[in-house]
Amino acid sequence: MSEQTTSTAAPVSTSGGGADLHIVDVTKRFGSFKAVDDLTLTIPAGSFFALLGPSGCGKTTTLRMVAGLEEPSAGRIVIGNEDVTHKKPYKRPVNTVFQSYALFPHLDIFENVAFGLRRSGSKDVRNEVEAMLELVELSTYARRKPTQLSGGQQQRVAVARALINKPEVLLLDEPLGALDLKLRRQMQIELKRIQTDVGITFVHVTHDQEEAMTMADTIAVMNAGQVEQMGAPMELYENPVTTFVANFLGQSNLIKGELTGKTGGDASLLVQGQRMAMPTARVHSERDEVWVGVRPEKMQISRAGTAVEGENSMAGVVTDASYIGVSTQYLVKLPWGQEVSIFSQNLSTEGPLGAGEDVVLHWNPAHTFALDASQDADAGAEKVEGDE
Amino acid sequence: MSAAPAPGAAAPADDVARSVGTKAWTPYALLSPGMLWLAIFFLIPTVMLARMSLSSGSAFAGDGTFTFSVKSLQWGNYGDAISKYVIDSPIFQKSLIYALIATVLCLAIAYPLAYTIAFKAGRWRNLLLVLVIAPFFTSFLLRTTAWSTILSDSSVVVQFMESTGMLNVLHAINTPDSWPTWTQIFPDGLTGENRVLQTPLAVILGITYNFLPFMTLPLFASLERIDIRLIEAATDLYSSAFTAFRKVTFPLSLPGVVAGTLLTFIPAAGDPVNAALLGAANDSLMGNAIDAQFKATGNYPLAASLSVMLMVVIVTMVALYVRRAGTEELV
Repeated sequence: MSEQTTSTAAPVSTSGGGADLHIVDVTKRFGSFKAVDDLTLTIPAGSFFALLGPSGCGKTTTLRMVAGLEEPSAGRIVIGNEDVTHKKPYKRPVNTVFQSYALFPHLDIFENVAFGLRRSGSKDVRNEVEAMLELVELSTYARRKPTQLSGGQQQRVAVARALINKPEVLLLDEPLGALDLKLRRQMQIELKRIQTDVGITFVHVTHDQEEAMTMADTIAVMNAGQVEQMGAPMELYENPVTTFVANFLGQSNLIKGELTGKTGGDASLLVQGQRMAMPTARVHSERDEVWVGVRPEKMQISRAGTAVEGENSMAGVVTDASYIGVSTQYLVKLPWGQEVSIFSQNLSTEGPLGAGEDVVLHWNPAHTFALDASQDADAGAEKVEGDE
Repeated sequence: MSAAPAPGAAAPADDVARSVGTKAWTPYALLSPGMLWLAIFFLIPTVMLARMSLSSGSAFAGDGTFTFSVKSLQWGNYGDAISKYVIDSPIFQKSLIYALIATVLCLAIAYPLAYTIAFKAGRWRNLLLVLVIAPFFTSFLLRTTAWSTILSDSSVVVQFMESTGMLNVLHAINTPDSWPTWTQIFPDGLTGENRVLQTPLAVILGITYNFLPFMTLPLFASLERIDIRLIEAATDLYSSAFTAFRKVTFPLSLPGVVAGTLLTFIPAAGDPVNAALLGAANDSLMGNAIDAQFKATGNYPLAASLSVMLMVVIVTMVALYVRRAGTEELV
């Protein structure tokens, strides 16, 4: 915080600021509805952290509690060593990039960005704002009103307005939700660059899994007010621990199976009468009844009769093949009626397999994961792209 | 938030313009009833009023006709109006000052009211709005007369004001006798020593009461439109609740403040009813003076010149005020 009073020409330091953010046993009730349910999270200083989840999972409420715009019903929020649970928003070392930006329509871009500095009594507002506008490449727009800017430009003003205060933690509430796809990709890279430059802790709330995976070092997948799983994007994708994560982050084929034994690092499975293997480390179930999971792109599809050694395999019939250029998307019906999907790279020169063909699906046992079968196999599957 | 229009959008827009172009007269057709109305009931009367203000004659004297001649414009009517109603007795200034005080009181009462209804009322919001408008269901005259009961000498309100010493303070607010006549706006104090009715305060309170909804509704409309996230953004950017109000909420409500003050001040400055019903017999305002010149004296030219004067001064004040408030820069 003491840094805020020293005026330097450059508004950003590359020294790496920010503080750890601890959310400890936090619960938020709205009437009888629990928006956030006994949530505990530690977000290390300098990280780019994403809270990912569907609408109503409690991610925005969590963010607003960190910002001070909602008060937790129970629990504590600690930034660095300071307990801010009951502090007013304007007394917290955090700033927010609001959904749809919330730029002040009566002030020009310069004054929007200068707003926080003027309140905290900075002595060198002019130079700091100019340097910040330079960083977000909006110097020539300083005297325009927010409504005269495009969506992408407004978004950059919103980031600049928050970032110029050098908060310990920057909170981003669906910051790219209002932008079109192309601009969103561009801003994702831009935001990641800014975060690397300034080294401040970013907490990013989104329902877009691709956005979270592109930008964040760590993702917490939230569902019904709780964290389902937390980890690096690759870890979450490759090794999901709940059906919700398996379905919400990408797609998964989940097949009923039974865990029959563990020997050393390997576990053996019985799936519809067929023996399969997988690494014990990827079993996330206390029970023997499991969902055996494989990502669609990890499955390979071959004509029936192809010999597959050392891989898990099962027979099926192609019901649908959609050629989409970079890959072909197959739906394959398994003998017991379940359909699974396969994304297959178009490596062969013969063109895709047609509907009705008998095939064999096979995959590396190391790509198998097993989840507790008491969970709903469709949890997290119906997400709407680009809602809100 | 409006994004820049896509370049591709230009072509269809041209098509639309062309197809509409075939019925270019439609906007004029739609405007004509309103224009006709304004011409008949505003433009022509205004010209007639201006013409009358420069005529000579009287309705009750001579043959009861008026003569208007471009060669001998009767500017003396304005001279009479100024000497009678500005210098000899400051009725003109008094009307503006009463209206100004009432407008400030209205703003002071209506702003918190509108703010509460817009942001804090929750499910009571519609009920409160109805209550703001409810007085309109009874007659303006009746409501004003009711105030003469509320403010009568033996009423609880006046008893309270007297016993707390408020009346003494209000009575002490006056213009010293040594000052020139044109400054004698409250020659006998804002209230009497032990009465409120038939004093300036009664008239000001009457105006305030009668015009309060005209202040409240535009304020509510502009406050209600404010995105709550803007206020949250201000508190997120180190503003206390008060600073957020001063720097965000209030500037964004300025269109409502301007609309409300205009809707209150303009009619209040010319209102004859409150002065007639609540004021002292000799305490008339411009509305009463104009009324008297038209009806009692029959001096239409003088009455017309008073009306024109009032109109010009109000339009000038309003123009300066609107420019000062800079509302056109707001969204």
